[in-house]
Amino acid sequence: METIKLVYPVEGGDLIEAGEASSKMKLTLKKLGLPQDVIRRASICMYEGEINMVIHADGGQAEVEVDADQIIIRMQDTGPGIPDVTQAMQEGFSTAGQTARELGFGAGMGLPNIKRYSDEMKIETELGKGTTVTVRIKIPQ
Amino acid sequence: MAMRHSVVMDHKRCRGCTSCIKCCPTEAIRVRGRKATILPDRCIDCGNCIRVCPHKAIKSVGDSMGILKEYAYCVALPEPALYGQFHHLDNVDVVLNALLKIGFHKVYEVAKAAEMLSDYERQSIKQGPAAVTPQISSSCPTVLRLIRMRFPKLMDHVASTILPMELAAILARREAMEETGLPPERIGVFAIVPCSSKVTAARVSEGLSRPVLDGAFAIRDIYLRLLNPMRALEEAEPMSSAGIMGLGWASCGGESTARLGERCVAVDGIENVIEMLEEIEDGRLPEADFLELSACTQGCVGGCFTVENPYGAKMRIKGLMKGQPVSRNRFTLEGADRDLVRRDKQLQYLPTFVLDHDREMAISKQLRIQELESHLPGLHCGSCGAPSCHAFAEDVVLGRASVDDCIFKVRERMRTMAGKEEADDYLPPPFRRCQTDTSRR
Repeated sequence: METIKLVYPVEGGDLIEAGEASSKMKLTLKKLGLPQDVIRRASICMYEGEINMVIHADGGQAEVEVDADQIIIRMQDTGPGIPDVTQAMQEGFSTAGQTARELGFGAGMGLPNIKRYSDEMKIETELGKGTTVTVRIKIPQ
Repeated sequence: MAMRHSVVMDHKRCRGCTSCIKCCPTEAIRVRGRKATILPDRCIDCGNCIRVCPHKAIKSVGDSMGILKEYAYCVALPEPALYGQFHHLDNVDVVLNALLKIGFHKVYEVAKAAEMLSDYERQSIKQGPAAVTPQISSSCPTVLRLIRMRFPKLMDHVASTILPMELAAILARREAMEETGLPPERIGVFAIVPCSSKVTAARVSEGLSRPVLDGAFAIRDIYLRLLNPMRALEEAEPMSSAGIMGLGWASCGGESTARLGERCVAVDGIENVIEMLEEIEDGRLPEADFLELSACTQGCVGGCFTVENPYGAKMRIKGLMKGQPVSRNRFTLEGADRDLVRRDKQLQYLPTFVLDHDREMAISKQLRIQELESHLPGLHCGSCGAPSCHAFAEDVVLGRASVDDCIFKVRERMRTMAGKEEADDYLPPPFRRCQTDTSRR
């Protein structure tokens, strides 16, 4: 089975530009004719991940793999890492700074949303080294 | 069924300059054999290409006025944007009276139908929030086609109401039948519209299974015919039938304002509309109740068929609102007639952008597109006739173009044949690798 690989660099420090990777990915997924719901869930995961990378890790990189059965999104950064993943997964918990909050981000819904809209989610994180969030979204036949 | 359009190319004028291909929001134009050609399935009749063409080679054809002779009784349905085209106009009646001098027997203002639609919407709002929010306005046919093509998930959000000009047509024909006793087919009902997309919509409706209009004329074509009768008019009989709200529909924001009290977002310009639809699709604007989306800058006053600058037109229409009542029309239809304002068919998804209906094939094509694109220069120079290197790669994989249409690909081949330097000479100056001293030439 063939697999499409898409790579999107996510620029740090620019919350306004965040969402670009999600938009670009969405356009490609639409061209593949995937179900609307799958596209929507994948873009939400990607969007939330992008915001996280911009706010917490000064950017990073998103890699997307698509085959006929699933979408895997791997969002990788070299930021500070997450000290307490369980806490970070709680709705409403956020360590976002003042600037991000003023722009309406930092509601503490990023990771919980990614979990809600994906079929599988994995967080690998090491303090001082960075975080990789990997999600899988199944594509129904 | 292929989509019908009113945007057409005048191949005698077209020089193949590629100006139009880049401004097309759906990448629907390619230059082939020195002539721009439209991919009909992709065109949403936005009129962007008509605006940018430096050679005036892209036109939209409204109907010709000769068609009026085919009917015993003709009704004009002027869109409110028409009123903004005239300097020093202080009374809408002057325009309406003049319409009766150029071949129409009766006038039914689209602004009047718009007020009824607004009242219908207000009544619906009172009954509680819509099932899906935000609701998206159904009043711009270009936006509807865009949604059907690129944002199928949002089709549920689109309001179920028909276009004001369509409601006007239905009611005008009824009135005309009562007044004249003529059968419906002897009565011609024609909208006077600001844009190509409404000309198309008059022929093939987005929301109605059978068209209710007999044709549509471009404001630009009617404008010159109106000037003399308007000047010659000694006394204007009072005919105007709409208030501030109806006139307001001429520019973006007018429809929202007439809904009263909702949290509305009014977006104009096709690029902005696309951006907003992306946000809505991702659920990033949960607080909005209603979205008014106009493909043209400033709304209908910015249509490609208007004569005057949209900002000036908007100002003039504001002037015409002075002293008018807020609204002069209520939605009073009852029983089965209430459904006259609603679409009788569902919006259908147009999978124009899908690479292949077989998923595995689509993935395979996408891979080939990505592979080819990675070897293209990414300059989006347009020399191949496609708007971008990505669009070109898609064209090649979908069989619409050949790799050799890219001059950089040809140069690669030249290089192996003629050597490095000479091959570069085949490229235009901006693309040459080595700097040449232009001052000597």
